[in-house]
Amino acid sequence: MSETNKQEVETTGHAWDDGTLQEYNNPLPKWWVWTFYATCVFAIVYWILYPAWPVGKGFTTGIKTIEYQTADGQTVTTHWNMRALLQQEMQTGEEAVKQREYLEKITSSSFEEILSDPDKMAFVRSMGKVAFADNCAGCHGSGGNGVIGLFPNLVDDAWLWGGDIKDIQTAIANGRNGYMTAFANTLSVNEINDVSAYVLSYSMEGGDAASVQRGSEIFNGPKGGCTACHGADAKGMKALGSANLTDQIWTVADVPGAADYEAKKAAVMSVVKNGISREMPAWSGRLDDATIKLLTVYTYSLGGGM
Amino acid sequence: MSGSEHLYQDRTPIFPRTVKGRFRSIKWGILALAYGVYFLLPWVRWERPVGPDQAVIFDLEGRLFYIFNMTVHPQDIFWLAGFLMLAALLLFFVTGVAGRVFCGYFCFQTLWTDVYIWIEKLVQGERPARIRLSKQPWNVEKLRKLGLTHLLWLFVAFLTGFSFVMYWGNAPELAMQFFTGNAPFPAYFTTLFLTTTTYVMAGLAREQVCIYMCPYSRFQTVMFDQDSLIISYDKQRGEGEQGRHKIAKDYKTLEERQSKGAGDCIDCGYCFQVCPTGVDIRNGLQIGCIQCGLCIDACDTIMDSMGWERGLVRYSSEKELAGGKTRFLKWKSIGYGIAISIVAGLTIWSMLNQAPMDMHVLKMRQPLYVTLSSGEIQNSYEVKVNNKTNREVRVRLEAKGLDGATVDFGRFEEVTIKPEKNIRIMARLKMKPAPGMPKQQNVTFRAIPLGHDDLSPVEFGAQFFLP
Repeated sequence: MSETNKQEVETTGHAWDDGTLQEYNNPLPKWWVWTFYATCVFAIVYWILYPAWPVGKGFTTGIKTIEYQTADGQTVTTHWNMRALLQQEMQTGEEAVKQREYLEKITSSSFEEILSDPDKMAFVRSMGKVAFADNCAGCHGSGGNGVIGLFPNLVDDAWLWGGDIKDIQTAIANGRNGYMTAFANTLSVNEINDVSAYVLSYSMEGGDAASVQRGSEIFNGPKGGCTACHGADAKGMKALGSANLTDQIWTVADVPGAADYEAKKAAVMSVVKNGISREMPAWSGRLDDATIKLLTVYTYSLGGGM
Repeated sequence: MSGSEHLYQDRTPIFPRTVKGRFRSIKWGILALAYGVYFLLPWVRWERPVGPDQAVIFDLEGRLFYIFNMTVHPQDIFWLAGFLMLAALLLFFVTGVAGRVFCGYFCFQTLWTDVYIWIEKLVQGERPARIRLSKQPWNVEKLRKLGLTHLLWLFVAFLTGFSFVMYWGNAPELAMQFFTGNAPFPAYFTTLFLTTTTYVMAGLAREQVCIYMCPYSRFQTVMFDQDSLIISYDKQRGEGEQGRHKIAKDYKTLEERQSKGAGDCIDCGYCFQVCPTGVDIRNGLQIGCIQCGLCIDACDTIMDSMGWERGLVRYSSEKELAGGKTRFLKWKSIGYGIAISIVAGLTIWSMLNQAPMDMHVLKMRQPLYVTLSSGEIQNSYEVKVNNKTNREVRVRLEAKGLDGATVDFGRFEEVTIKPEKNIRIMARLKMKPAPGMPKQQNVTFRAIPLGHDDLSPVEFGAQFFLP
């Protein structure tokens, strides 16, 4: 090996330090240059085919075109671009077609069939998760746990309007209007205090017995008239979307989050005083039936049906 | 610019002469084996209870690789790591012991170049004829011979690309689709791509790949040591005192030559002519030498015909050339050997003990837990059970290890998993929290196969959170 290195090697002719420092000439192979020329040719072909150069306020569009369908069913042919390609892939791409076929299976199956088929459920959970993130997570959170006081928790087992799969479908398709009268003008502060103590007594210990007793009279009597919506047993009515006041779940008053009894009562009092008015929009006009069905089963799988 | 000739170097065309001998035979043998496997394997049929009836098929769409009786699932991807490690270690090991064995005998660049040179020779004749042809002006003969050569090259290149594609689908069906224009686009693209690369690399670029493109040829030097086998010219014997000398008057027999101080090399140039990378081995170890052994065959042929001892060009080592003795049992090689045994052992063990089923449980983290109307706390999980067998397996799911908890798998407490498929099931676990309970507890999910004595239950641990 050392013998080879001692052989005469061609130099570039450059010499430094009195000729003691010279530069070997190790020329590039020719094909290397050809490769470079090939990339230049590729670039020019690319400029001709695809959008490339900015020109004034526009750009060279290239001669390649792409065809896709707009949302209202019109076929558009335009110069090749990534957005159009995405549109096209979403409509006629292999995966899109496969997804549509699967979705077809979901729409043509009954809820009963979907819930009993692990494959269909797996698909619902995958695609439903995306639809939920796009349309529902804005209010209900990406996991469906909602925001107390504003947007119901979909993961627990309290369903104001019913947790049956049909109820959930109705809620998504037609929306819901949750309403409770404000009692600020009807009841005095003391009376509101008493009613709140009574309401709390369903689900927890503590509270002044006399106050609870007075509250009971207001709650069950004509003065408050609370039973009209919440029912004689205070367990709420599905048809009205009125809350069950006897369980551990509070969707509006943040009772679990309050530190002590007084704070819990204050949270309830605030609701009684100000009432509730909240709305879930109807989605039937915005989403197609397949997506609504998908979201129904997905939501049901989160915590419904219990 | 006057210096432009200096900047780029034209390829010096190489016209290797054919040679017969030990190493050529070994190389033809390896080539026949490699080509036999590569080109025929996709067409071998194989009976399976489920799945395609092709012995080796890489089913990307179904995410399963079928290799004879083995089905490789995506979960087994670490076998690939094992194989890559093994390949690298084997390369290091063999290079340390015996030099560029891979380059000379196994590299596909060498194999395909061999075939291309063979075609070249078949059409255009032996080395002198080819040199003459390349120098003569364009005429019908040159056009015909070169054209036919390139056509045959393209045909081999196409077969190469086409055969590669056949591994990724049902070969007879895919071939039918391919030639009727109904195959998927990637099939055509891959074929075209590999046809082009094979034609360019084996037909046009050849030794330039080894010298300029291949990273391995560059970093192999660090794996060499004084004891590594290299192909070398015995300078002492070949050159003698006065250098090599052609056979001439008074330079015929060994005695005559030795008395005149000439070496045993008769300067016939056969070793240089047969070299596929254009190396003159008599100049010592060079980057272009892929150690294919053809120059040994060439020199041995000449020595045999002279009636002299073989081995003027031979496998040797730097140490042996310096008068020492090659040591094969080196600590480095022993170390690589041990590493190879460990990796090979573990990979094979893992392949033999491929779990027929596995399970994975993902805790849903948003929300971490939820309070139910009864005051119980509920956690949700996604349970995945993978059936790698080729049978339908019915399993019962359960959750263990959390006292007082109840589990709900929806309607899938007992569920059937199709062969080589998996299921994903939502599970909910709820329990009444007691004072003083830790906020985080362990729970084990289990899938118990029903009616399959040979399958044991699989389990996966998860956590249960309390507020």
